[in-house]
This record gives sequence, structure tokens and C-alpha cells, in this order.
Amino acid sequence: MRTCGATPGGPDLAGVDVASQSIIQGAVLREGVNDGVPNGAPVTNAYVRLLDSAGEFTAEVPTNAQGQFRFFAAPGAWTVVVLAAGAREEVKVQAQQGTPVDLIIEIKD
Amino acid sequence: MTRKTSLVSADWVAENINNKSVAIIEVDEDTTLYDIGHIENAIRFHWRDDLQDGLIRDLISKDKFEALLSKFGISNDTTVILYGGNNNWFATYAFWYFKVYGHQDVRLLDGGRKRWELDARPLVTAVPSRTATRYVAQDRDNSIRAFRDEVIAEIGKSNIVDVRSPQEFSGELAAPAHLPQESGQIKGHIPTAKNIPWSKAANEDGTFKSDDELKALYVGAGVDLAKDTIAYCRIGERSAFSWFVLHELLEVKNVKNYDGSWTEYGSLVGVPVALGA
Repeated sequence: MRTCGATPGGPDLAGVDVASQSIIQGAVLREGVNDGVPNGAPVTNAYVRLLDSAGEFTAEVPTNAQGQFRFFAAPGAWTVVVLAAGAREEVKVQAQQGTPVDLIIEIKD
Repeated sequence: MTRKTSLVSADWVAENINNKSVAIIEVDEDTTLYDIGHIENAIRFHWRDDLQDGLIRDLISKDKFEALLSKFGISNDTTVILYGGNNNWFATYAFWYFKVYGHQDVRLLDGGRKRWELDARPLVTAVPSRTATRYVAQDRDNSIRAFRDEVIAEIGKSNIVDVRSPQEFSGELAAPAHLPQESGQIKGHIPTAKNIPWSKAANEDGTFKSDDELKALYVGAGVDLAKDTIAYCRIGERSAFSWFVLHELLEVKNVKNYDGSWTEYGSLVGVPVALGA
């Protein structure tokens, strides 16, 4: 469960050199409301794939215990694909250096 | 068909979880996933802590490899099943590693941890105990391992296959996009290398594509399967994945994994480097 105090989206950026990186991060959540908290429960065993502007695979990470993921990309257009048991979601994003893209991706049961 | 002897399905693993002649090993760089859950009766190898020398950059010695396998109750006649996250990168690296040390029966779980999880198959936290053995390794088989001088000498002669992402190949990125980009190496690729990212050999769920698709992939990208081939990436694990495809699935002869890969090559003084797609 995500608590009210949790940072929305991806993992904490403390200690990350944000200025020099083009970060795409976020959290994968079950759609809906969980324990009264919007955005549902984190999906801890999802796989998040990063595809480049041509749709070519670039990287993949599993989500962490909070359902979070992070990529260090390059500036430009990317597609984030989430795979989980019985679910697949795609989100198109624009990465830029110094300003992380922070996503909430909801998957349907 | 080595697909039959080198690769097993999730169903096969599920049926052999309690088979005493089988050892299932989860191999990864982030082995905390093992603590969260792993296939029942699987033991854990850490790609770096268990399989790298640590003092020098090399595989662990034959003595240490024997001690490692003995400690985990693996015998020379054990069927070793490897799997992991990261689309089996580190599991295929371990597969190659077991072959370097001459293990007879080693196989890979097709799709690795990802396919297993996407199928919602069970994971457990219990750590199995296996009775220690006395494992005897063979001397290293360097016919499947390339070293830097050979790589430089083979530029323009052998197939050199760079299995990193197009961005790493062109020099745009220095590491895969899920890793920080600071790096001591220069960027680029080995001249004459063909960029055939490892990912093109895998389906989205981590399983391997069909033999026909795989053959078309490499031939279509200009790899002459009648010639010798050297595969490399950044640290030698993704190239172990492509080495597995070429050597084990397509049964191409004389394929070597250059495990020094770009972290070594990109640090060498004076060697030729190419940029761009």
C-alpha cells in the first residue's frame, strides 16, 4: 500500500546527479483505490521496458517493493512499456536532461 | 538440436523442482530479488560476488569454482538449470561460465525469471540446503572466450557482433539506459562490428525467438555464419546471451564471448574506435 506521505511516482532522487542525467522514472500501480488511498497498490513484480523513438528495445528493469522504476535515458522521445501478469501498458514520454519525467502507470486487473 | 539440450521450459522446471539430480540456480547482479522470492529449491549465485575474482578482473580460479559448486552440492553429473532476471543476461553469462569450466549438463530456463513471473508461477523465500559434494572442474576452455589482442587482430576478419543497444553502439550512451551514464570509457564501438542488440533475439516475455527468426536476424544484419564470430557488449553478460543464441541455439561453430567487452576495449590506449550507427 502507498501511504499518503509517499512521494508520487518514481524512487527518491536524493543522491542522484539529476542535472547531468535524463531520467525517466515512475511507479506501477493497480488501478483504483487501495485502503482508501488513490492510485491503488504498487505492483512489485512488473517489468518495465524502455523503447527508443524507433520502437527498439533499450533497457528493462523490474519494479521495486514500492512498484517503482527508473531509467537513465538520453534527451528525446521514448516509450515505456509495463509488463505484469495479465497486463501490458504503454506510455510515450519525452525525456530531457536535468528534469526527470515522473510517471504513475496504472494497470488493470 | 541443442535447443533441446541447452534450454528448458518453465513447465519442465516446475516438474523437476524436487528432482535430486537437478540443481536450479538463480543468477543475477541484483540478488535481493532472490530474497523476495525465487523458484522453489533454487540456490543463489551473485554474478559479481560468487563469479568474479574480485582482486583481478577475471573469472574465479578453477579451485574456487570447484569449491563454490561443491559447497552448493553440485556434482559433475548434476543437471544445472540457470535462470535470472534481466532477461537471463547473467544466467546466460553463468551458462557460458559453466561451459568454460567444462560442466556437462547445463541448461537455461527459457524466459528466465520474467516469464516465470508473468505466468504468475509460485515463488518461495525458503533457502534450500544441499549436501556438499566434491566437484571437479575442467581446465578453462578458451575456445569460447575471446581476449583483447585477438579481438583487435580480428577486426575486418571475423564477424564482430556488438550486442549493446543502438545508443551505446553509436556513442550516444555509455551504458544501458537503466544505469547511470558516468563512465571511464570512451564511447563508440569496435570498427567493423555489426550492431545486433541482444534484445532482438528475445521476445517481449524474455523467451528466445524461433531458430528461423534468429538465423534471419544475424544473416540479415550481415553476419557470415561460416566465419568465426566474436560477441561483445559492455561487461560480457549481454554478449553471453547472444553467444548462447549463436553457439547453443543456432549451433554456429567457433563463437567466442569477449567478456572484457567495452569496459576493457573502451579503456585501451590507441585502439581503433568507430562512432555512429
